[in-house]
Amino acid sequence: MARLDRREFLKSSLVIGAGLIGLSTEAQAGPKNVLSPDRMGVLVDTTACIGCRNCEWACKTAHDLPTNPLASYQDKSVFEKMRRPDDKALTVVNRYANPKDPDAPYTVKVQCMHCDHPACVSVCIVGAFSKQENGAVVWDTDKCIGCRYCMVACPFQVPAFEYETALKPNIVKCDFCAARRQGGELPACVETCPAEALTYGPRDELVRIARDRTKRYPERYVKGVFGEYEVGGTGWIYLAGVDFSALQFPKLGNNPAPGISESIQHGIFAYFVPPVALYALLGALMWVSKDWPEGEDEE
Amino acid sequence: MTMDHFTKPTPIQKKYLTPGVIVLILLALNGLAFLALRLFFGIGSVTNLNNQYPWGIWIGIDVAGGVALAAGGFTTAALGHVMNRKEYHAVVRPALLTAMLGYTFVALGVTIDIGRWYYIWHPIVFWNGTSALFEVGICVTIYATVLYTEFLPIVTERFIGHVALPGPLSRLDGVIDKLLRALERGLSKVMFIFIIAGVVLSTLHQSSLGTLMVIAGPKMHPLWQTPILPFLFLLSAISVGFPMVIFESMLAARSFGMKPEMAILSKLGAMTAPLLGIYLAFKIGDMFIRETFVYLTVLNTQSVMFMLEILLGVVVPLRMFLSRGVLKSPPLLFIAASLTVMGVLMNRINNFVVAYTPPYSFGSYFPSIGEVSVTVGFICILVLIYRAAVMIFPVISLPDKTLSPRARYTIRG
Ligand code: SF4
Ligand code: SF4
Ligand code: SF4
Repeated sequence: MARLDRREFLKSSLVIGAGLIGLSTEAQAGPKNVLSPDRMGVLVDTTACIGCRNCEWACKTAHDLPTNPLASYQDKSVFEKMRRPDDKALTVVNRYANPKDPDAPYTVKVQCMHCDHPACVSVCIVGAFSKQENGAVVWDTDKCIGCRYCMVACPFQVPAFEYETALKPNIVKCDFCAARRQGGELPACVETCPAEALTYGPRDELVRIARDRTKRYPERYVKGVFGEYEVGGTGWIYLAGVDFSALQFPKLGNNPAPGISESIQHGIFAYFVPPVALYALLGALMWVSKDWPEGEDEE
Repeated sequence: MTMDHFTKPTPIQKKYLTPGVIVLILLALNGLAFLALRLFFGIGSVTNLNNQYPWGIWIGIDVAGGVALAAGGFTTAALGHVMNRKEYHAVVRPALLTAMLGYTFVALGVTIDIGRWYYIWHPIVFWNGTSALFEVGICVTIYATVLYTEFLPIVTERFIGHVALPGPLSRLDGVIDKLLRALERGLSKVMFIFIIAGVVLSTLHQSSLGTLMVIAGPKMHPLWQTPILPFLFLLSAISVGFPMVIFESMLAARSFGMKPEMAILSKLGAMTAPLLGIYLAFKIGDMFIRETFVYLTVLNTQSVMFMLEILLGVVVPLRMFLSRGVLKSPPLLFIAASLTVMGVLMNRINNFVVAYTPPYSFGSYFPSIGEVSVTVGFICILVLIYRAAVMIFPVISLPDKTLSPRARYTIRG
């Protein structure tokens, strides 16, 4: 009698185990996350940027966001406060003091960095974010549930949320002009930049160009290319004339942001072995501790 | 186990409405009013959340706190059913009810916090295996189903032999009674599967809840940010399970004018001590290995909250649970249990709200009146449903000389 039950118990455990393992193979099918060797990027040379903010205007125009006429962007008073990209502006330019020449402050364009190992893609509960072949990290409005985990996870604090919208609020961030580029056009900001502060090209090529510039003009640039290694590399990379921390770039390690949590996840769920093992262990414990009819537990 | 101390789960017969209950109803209505605002005018209209602080107390308290404090469900199930310790059966049902309602409100909390609440079902269709949140979401969904299944026998027990439909429907009474009996028989054969699954699912998502914030990396204050966060979350959930049972049993006993089951509760208290001790050891050990104690020398919100969480929420109750005098004294035991519950709740708030210090911010986050109202309202509704449930269903054990309850499940044999 007892043996039959043991078999039945084993059987049901096996069914559950198999079900879980089936689930795990399915769950591997996450969002698209391609790291193409030909992915495109942009090199932002903050020493060349003149702070005209034309890129802000071009970006809004290209994304059908409400904007004042281009002339109003001459207003430099916005530089008095630090600004961040939000749901009404996918990119903003901030101004920082230049210790070498107080009359020529640095201006820095900020937007999504289009990371090579994006935290947003890794964490999105429904896989609404994906990294495309062309280098763009894009967001799918049909999947997003608005949990805002992507905002918590992004090391550059980029994605914004439409807090004032009751129905279908969006996550908003730079999409690297994915649609325009598909049609063969340049990203709107790159096209409009009058100072050649923005260079569009294959990301690995841009890294070479950037390194070359720092070598050739050591008096103009500080060492290092921001984004070459940070959080495993970013699609948009930066050159600067002062320490990057003085331009409010975040201090980040070189490991991809999703690294630790993904390995924890995979550790706990390695082919569902740990949970299934725990299930079996508890089952055994429950079996041992059950009330044995008299005479049967003494063998 | 003492054979003369038989108790039997029985529906409580008391008046539902008391002055205290009316206060709860008013607070619940206030919360619902703010909830309506959130539904019609968006999250920004009720909360202080913004692009710098995307998560507030609806995630920190309603979701993370709720999951942690519902841990009484799986810890007592492990003790009562898996280890088959009969002397604890009186607390298994109340803990199950708390967990069931707790998870229901966790799900509600998530639903109102996400921007597109009507897409709450999306994670079931669109999967992302690398997302800790996806894992939490799926586990919580399955576990809530398991909890409802575990509660079903209490429903069948209540109605078998008591089915009395009104008017012409009464002809169906016999059929329904038969169906209920069949359901009960079927359930009692397979219930062990659900009970073990419930414990496994709990350990999974209790820890994954800790994984959630790991990816926030340097955005999270180093006092809390550690790769062993999932482990700390699991340990703290396990150690808050019994204190939560003590806390709610004593509250319920007081509210219904009954004597608390001190015989059981003080044993639960005694078992809490080593669990809290292990948690404290890892928490302190982690602090020394990562040398984060240097942050305690600076006086700011983070360091104060960390100290409060550790001292008031772990060290003091640990010391109390170690004392025989405390275990024997209802008020002191209640204080020790409440401190542990507060400590773990604080830990979740700290991890999700206080520790979150983004690089670019234009101020700090503090919950709005609307956020607090909704959270308080949800807790009040939960208590109101709990009160109604223990009056309708046999959940709380009352002394009974004649019967021994059939409330436990073992692997069938
Ligand atoms: S910067 Fe943030 S939003 Fe952009 S790709 Fe990287 S993680 Fe995603
Ligand atoms: S808010 Fe949308 S895009 Fe961001 S993590 Fe949640 S579901 Fe994904
Ligand atoms: S358009 Fe070019 S120069 Fe003008 S602010 Fe933007 S990046 Fe700088």
